[in-house]
Amino acid sequence: MKRAALLLLLTVPGAALADSAMPAAALADTQLPDPAQERQAKALMETLRCLVCQGQSIADSDAELAGDMRALVRRRIAAGEKPEAIREWLVARYGAWVSYQPPLDAVTWPLWALPLLLLVGGAWLARGRFRRRRA
Amino acid sequence: MALKTIRWLLWVPLILFVGFVALVASGLVTPSTHEIRSQLIGKPLPDFALPPALPAKPGLARVELGQGKPRLVNIFASWCVPCATESAQLATLKRAGVEIDGIAIRDRPEDLTRFLGRYGDPYARIGADRDSSVQMALGSSGVPETFVIDGAGVIRLQHVGEIRPEHVAGILAAVEAAK
Repeated sequence: MKRAALLLLLTVPGAALADSAMPAAALADTQLPDPAQERQAKALMETLRCLVCQGQSIADSDAELAGDMRALVRRRIAAGEKPEAIREWLVARYGAWVSYQPPLDAVTWPLWALPLLLLVGGAWLARGRFRRRRA
Repeated sequence: MALKTIRWLLWVPLILFVGFVALVASGLVTPSTHEIRSQLIGKPLPDFALPPALPAKPGLARVELGQGKPRLVNIFASWCVPCATESAQLATLKRAGVEIDGIAIRDRPEDLTRFLGRYGDPYARIGADRDSSVQMALGSSGVPETFVIDGAGVIRLQHVGEIRPEHVAGILAAVEAAK
């Protein structure tokens, strides 16, 4: 009997134990009444990273903290805040990591420069080949 | 192109490949850290005021922190398993004279009462953060986390995850340094 109870306990998924008993925040899964504001909020949510399920945006994640972050985004958009101001507020707390739109700065410039450099390098290589064939 | 240069260039793809394999192998061997650190270390606490999480204990507001003495702010929840394992270490810190305030994330009074009855109650105050908004304002991304706040209300240290016995000395040192 005891063993059966233990086995049953093993079937309880770990996530069920790591969640609170509270319902989701008011605006976590409820759209804003104003469609234009909801569109802004949704667009922002898709470019913010969930702190728990770290490969997902907060729009996609079922984590409780992601729900609370969606509620925060909707609350602030409804209060008239600009999406970029909300992004900055979160980046000031969690670093650029939380945003899926990395800024162009000292660390990230190779991301932008590398494709250009590869294109230029490729063109230079191709040019050499074409010239040889003509000769 | 001179033959010598071409012979040398032939090695480039192999070198690149070996470099790539080394990069992937090192990524497989070293465990990736998923800790997201708060960017507010060394900065003053943001303003907040949380209602009491329990009727018998005061809530927690920004004005009560940074009143000349360093304090710990422990972010926890009754539904969080590692929070239970760090209770012994919080008790040790309290015995060493550290004042500890709590922020209970998404918690209900009845669950909290049961949790504190079972694992001990080291908190002077407990604020109820029902929608994680103060947790987000502090740049904290999970439970448990512990912040050392100095006497002027500046965040001095963020401890991510449960406080294990080997962490106590470091936290005590941070509290001492924050005096």
